[in-house]
Amino acid sequence: MLEIKNLHATVGGKGILNGLDLTIGAGEVHAIMGPNGSGKSTLSYVLSGREGYEVTEGEVAYQGRNLLEMEPEERAGAGVFLAFQYPVEIPGVPNTTFLREAVNAVRKYKGAPTLDPMAFLKVLRAKIKELQVPDDLLKRAVNVGFSGGEKKRNEILQMALLDPSLAILDETDSGLDIDALKTVADGVNAMRAPDRSVLVITHYQRLLDYIVPDRVHVLAHGRIVRSGGKELALELEKTGYAGFTGEAA
Amino acid sequence: MAANVETLEQVQAVTEKYKYGFVTDIETETAPKGLSEDIVRFISHKKNEPEWLLAWRLKAYRHWLTMPEPQWAHVDFPPLDYQDSYYYSAPKSKTDGPKSLEEVDPELLKTYEKLGIPLKEQEMLAGVAVDAVFDSVSVATTFKGKLEEQGIIFCPISEAVQNHPELVRQYLGSVVPAADNKHACLNSAVFTDGSFVYIPKGVRCPMELSTYFRINAANTGQFERTLIIADAGSYVSYLEGCTAPMRDEHQLHAAVVELVALDDAEIKYSTVQNWYPGDENGVGGIYNFVTKRGACRGHNSKISWTQVETGSAITWKYPSCILQGDNSVGEFYSVAITNNMQQADTGTKMIHLGKNTRSRIVSKGISAGRSQQTYRGLVKISPKAQGARNHTQCDSLLIGDLCGAHTVPYIECRNRGAVVEHEATTSKISEDQLFYCRQRGISQEDAVALVVNGFCREVLQQLPMEFAVEAQKLVGISLEGSVG
Ligand SMILES: Nc1ncnc2c1ncn2[C@@H]1O[C@H](COP(=O)(O)OP(=O)(O)OP(=O)(O)O)[C@@H](O)[C@H]1O
Ligand SMILES: [Mg+2]
Repeated sequence: MLEIKNLHATVGGKGILNGLDLTIGAGEVHAIMGPNGSGKSTLSYVLSGREGYEVTEGEVAYQGRNLLEMEPEERAGAGVFLAFQYPVEIPGVPNTTFLREAVNAVRKYKGAPTLDPMAFLKVLRAKIKELQVPDDLLKRAVNVGFSGGEKKRNEILQMALLDPSLAILDETDSGLDIDALKTVADGVNAMRAPDRSVLVITHYQRLLDYIVPDRVHVLAHGRIVRSGGKELALELEKTGYAGFTGEAA
Repeated sequence: MAANVETLEQVQAVTEKYKYGFVTDIETETAPKGLSEDIVRFISHKKNEPEWLLAWRLKAYRHWLTMPEPQWAHVDFPPLDYQDSYYYSAPKSKTDGPKSLEEVDPELLKTYEKLGIPLKEQEMLAGVAVDAVFDSVSVATTFKGKLEEQGIIFCPISEAVQNHPELVRQYLGSVVPAADNKHACLNSAVFTDGSFVYIPKGVRCPMELSTYFRINAANTGQFERTLIIADAGSYVSYLEGCTAPMRDEHQLHAAVVELVALDDAEIKYSTVQNWYPGDENGVGGIYNFVTKRGACRGHNSKISWTQVETGSAITWKYPSCILQGDNSVGEFYSVAITNNMQQADTGTKMIHLGKNTRSRIVSKGISAGRSQQTYRGLVKISPKAQGARNHTQCDSLLIGDLCGAHTVPYIECRNRGAVVEHEATTSKISEDQLFYCRQRGISQEDAVALVVNGFCREVLQQLPMEFAVEAQKLVGISLEGSVG
């Protein structure tokens, strides 16, 4: 599904990713953990094509295509979804409108017919029930005045609506209460499928009790310094990152 | 959810940059080029006007000759050559002016269809009565019969001069005096058509009234004049839309709109202005020099201006309210978008004369390309306006680094009990927002349209439903090519 080779990237002239390798097979769930500032969000932005995140070396293949050549919206159309660590507020744009525009834009890329407002509303109603998203969040402007947890739920709602092939969740668990964490995890688990991969960025092993990963990676100083099975997360919980960052420095 | 952004598909459907840029091929009758007393007499004669109106025009013309051009606006253009323009152009027809839709030149009707206002269909469609002004004459007024039943007068102003001279004579120039400013003065001398509306006492006009202006002939100025009178306890909502074909030379549009609201009356006046803005290099486009003013003469009266200004090479326009009656209310909701080389100097004046008068100003300016935009507003509280209140919210959004946004609020407060509040913000379009949209599959251009529509929502929501959708589309279209 995703093959990252020797990825180097700079932000504002500063090298953040320094030779990162990562391969995620179809149907797999991988987790990335790592200290603050190690480059986890940077990786998610590079993969989604954010401006200002300059790739200086390396390759990224997604479903056999050169991901780095594609515009952000093309990547989204091809099934790359990023749940933002800090979801963005868009004043004046009703959430429902935004969700419909997004769904229809992605449907166009996929060659599927667009949904009229009524048809979309049906789909949306079903999803918010499943994910226990309060009705009220749909009428309000995108993320404006949403609580931290509501914003994260809104990201998961978008993921569920857009039906991606590669979902990157950047600290979606941060700021969620325990019940919300469970619903979000259920949402992700429900999407697990042989043709879909998930990359979970998190600081907490707790999330991985609910979303059980196939692989766990430690990112430090802009590269993967260690990979292992789900037990690695438990080990990190006990020992912290000290051992890794020291070695990598 | 009136102003939801329902429109991205529609924006995509519109491929040309300016889809109203076609020219209609019809025979026209045109006065000789240039401006003189004879031309003024010619126009008045063509319209078969009474002596008092000719005298009024001539007085305006003579005064106009002595007036300097207004210089204070933040706009830049070479001096106007008034002799290089035509002041009267009318589609030729066998009879003298169409009496019904059947008599209207089919070519003309086709033009309106292209503009999206098929008159015939509109008679059947949900309540919009349209008075269409093509160059200098009103072409057809739909729905007249139905309105007449309630005593509502909605007709071309030239017709009102013939059929309701006492009303016209009483109110014409009573809100915008002929000598108000150079552009209004020119209009007073040479106005050719426009709409007239009278809503009788206690009548709530059952449908939106609408005028569609279109400049078709080359080198023609358009000088329409609109006069709306809402008698005591009445209500009317009026909308004007404007388009013009693409032409290389600049065309002058100097309109005057006067509104009068008597006791407990309310007028809601909405404009969607989409005149040809010129090309990327500033060649061609309409000079939109318009004087719009409403007088809240009666107690508890209300006048509300809503404007969406996306077109024109230069816009010079300050729809204003004179709040004479006690407890009267003035509102101004504005979205102005400038792209490429467009210039706009627009805003409002709220003149508080009566007690407990209230006004509210919401201005959203979006500048892109190399355009320059100025919000210019005056809030004036007279000594007698005890308890007056104003709230002004003035937000500017910049797209790119080459455009300019300026805010010039004047406040003259001569009553210590009055409350005047002013808030202003200026921001650049947020990269975070655009990226968030694009990550969800929404293209850069659609993302700009979405974010800007959100920025303008408060204003667009004021528009009547059917026009809100059109306005949202326009927002997207006028910003095409502004990013990336
Ligand atoms: N626009 C920028 N200009 C300069 N430095 C930046 C910029 N964006 C990110 N950085 C730096 O890049 C480094 C990596 O940031 P990133 O957000 O990828 O970390 P992270 O691993 O996601 O951290 P966290 O766990 O706190 O979310 C940090 O040192 C950060 O300060
Ligand atoms: Mg991060």
